[in-house]
Amino acid sequence: MIMSQAVVSESVAPVAMGWGDVLSQQLITGVSNGMIIAMIAIGYTMVYGIIELINFAHGDLCTLGSFLALTMVGALGMEAWAGMGGTAAVVTLLISSAVFCGALNWTIDRVAYRPLRGKPKLALLVSAIGCSFILVNIALFWGGLPMEVFGGGNQAAAPKDFPSLISNENLLGAQSAITVTWRDLFVVIVTVPLMIGLTWLVKSTRLGKAMRAVAQNPIAAALMGIDVNRVIGSTFLIGGALGGFASVIYALYNNTISFQMGYRTGMDAFTAAVLGGIGSLPGAVVGGIVIGLVRALSDGYIEARWTNSVVFGILILTLVFRPSGILGAKLREKV
Amino acid sequence: MSATPMWKKLLRVDVALLILACLLPLVDQRWRLDMVDPMRGVMVFAILALGLNIVTGFTGLLHLGMAAFMAIGAYAFAISSCDIYPFQLNFWWAILFTAIVGAFAGVLLGAPTLGLRGDYLAIVTLGFGEITQDVLKNLDVITKGTQGINPLPSPHVPWWTATGFGMLEFTSEQELPWYWLFLAFVVVAVVVCRNLERSRTGRSWLAVREDELAARCMGIAPVPVKMIAFATGAALAAVSGGLWVSMYSSTGEPGNYDFQVSILALCIVIVGGMGSINGVLIGSIAMLGIANIALPKIASVMQSAGWVNSGSVFGSPNNWKYLVFGLVLVVMMRVRPDGLLPAKLSIVNAKKKNNMEPTP
Repeated sequence: MIMSQAVVSESVAPVAMGWGDVLSQQLITGVSNGMIIAMIAIGYTMVYGIIELINFAHGDLCTLGSFLALTMVGALGMEAWAGMGGTAAVVTLLISSAVFCGALNWTIDRVAYRPLRGKPKLALLVSAIGCSFILVNIALFWGGLPMEVFGGGNQAAAPKDFPSLISNENLLGAQSAITVTWRDLFVVIVTVPLMIGLTWLVKSTRLGKAMRAVAQNPIAAALMGIDVNRVIGSTFLIGGALGGFASVIYALYNNTISFQMGYRTGMDAFTAAVLGGIGSLPGAVVGGIVIGLVRALSDGYIEARWTNSVVFGILILTLVFRPSGILGAKLREKV
Repeated sequence: MSATPMWKKLLRVDVALLILACLLPLVDQRWRLDMVDPMRGVMVFAILALGLNIVTGFTGLLHLGMAAFMAIGAYAFAISSCDIYPFQLNFWWAILFTAIVGAFAGVLLGAPTLGLRGDYLAIVTLGFGEITQDVLKNLDVITKGTQGINPLPSPHVPWWTATGFGMLEFTSEQELPWYWLFLAFVVVAVVVCRNLERSRTGRSWLAVREDELAARCMGIAPVPVKMIAFATGAALAAVSGGLWVSMYSSTGEPGNYDFQVSILALCIVIVGGMGSINGVLIGSIAMLGIANIALPKIASVMQSAGWVNSGSVFGSPNNWKYLVFGLVLVVMMRVRPDGLLPAKLSIVNAKKKNNMEPTP
């Protein structure tokens, strides 16, 4: 309760905020963060849906995506791109991060997961944890690049400031008690079309059909002439690309990145995927928004230092009492 | 099986390691190896990994939160023995109390979650690890938050001291008494694990691991069996935590018992061979040898050769640990999933009908 006061005074409030304003503010922040979490959660849920692997490395993949974005900002001097140049900068970052993360995710599947198909699932999970650690270390070394944006190379482990390419101006006018910024709008503008596009891809294209077939039964799919490994590879590619988008949005929204952030965001996203019903795309979106809201409300009304515990508590309770999640279809019991 | 000659029976990895461990302090001083100090860490982690081996190796449950039990052990030891709390037990009673608290915590985590399937259980244990860390950090009224609890008592054992036979009090400056104490604990833990493995309980662990349905058909109730594995593993992990903090006379900050520690324990078990006790011993020497002995040595050599400067991110041995652990896990799973010293019955290569079939 004491903390909630502190939070209020931090978020610039020109007018005294009533409890309704505080709540709405937290709902707005929650939804924006939730959309980002949802984008990452989709990566978890797609991979889990198709090969029943908790792709532990997914969160850290996103870390690398935002590190790439920061490198590009530094190398191309994007902070100085004004006007339409700013939009161009953001679009460039989004696309290059998505390509990078998609390709990297595909490579990880090719090198670390594909050779283990047919082995027990736990071997696959252990390999995924290993990949996650390798990516964390790569991010740590990446942070030591001798570039100004990375703190000159001697601050490898320190969190990095991500330049604010998107204005923090209040769209409702400076006098409004509730703040909705360009950033909140940006999150929605980018994520919603991507989610719609993904739904279309999975529902209506040949590849999507193949994905659903492999998810249901890989052997039957193979017998029908589907190249299972290729379909799984493209799932990793698409999931990774969405993670790449999310990583840039995250960096632009929160303005700070660190080599360890993938673990926390990854666990938030995984919790979202489980909460929504793992394997279900709408579930991941709903779960993501719920987790975003829970985080915002917990920051505001409990205490920020307990927020991670609250999220993990939700994860455990969901797994124990309702493993199929909110929107989950019937649970496929495969040991 | 039948007539193995005596010398062959004695030619065993564990006996060889015990002899080497007993010889090490003698040569260490003479040759200035500086191995006694890091070996204490190896032995503490061997106990932690023996605990994990019961859960993951024998029973086949992937556990990603061993560090939490180590932390619970550390704080149970600290709270029961430190003089700022009312209990003030001596070292031995505190260690016993620590083991009991650890087992209890294991049951507490296991009771609601052991019905879950493999990967979900792994995630729950991971979440438990994170929550434990947060609780220890945030309940600073009891746990002193990030300051850690100190000072902690050290053991007193009857021994020859400067004044003749009496009680030898350990101090944090001396390395050797701790070395022998931890070695004794490792020996006890190995004997306990070995006997458990051969007991009725141990056989039901293996049965549940190999095929839960078949085990159930043979009259084994999986959940209680798994629960005993969880409790035993947690007790061993708690003892390792208690020993660790007693050596440093402080619990340190809760962040020390993080996910990396759990993964280190997992690496040890996987490198050694899941379900193989000798493997755990070899694995802990290998993993901590790399992390705490080899990496710092390489770093200092590279720094003196002028290849990296000490301020560089590559210069600090700690910065390579994630990479080493990650590579160990990925490479071992691809190349040698049974570990260096495979157990007789392996889980990783066992063909199970319920797993995803190989894709063509």
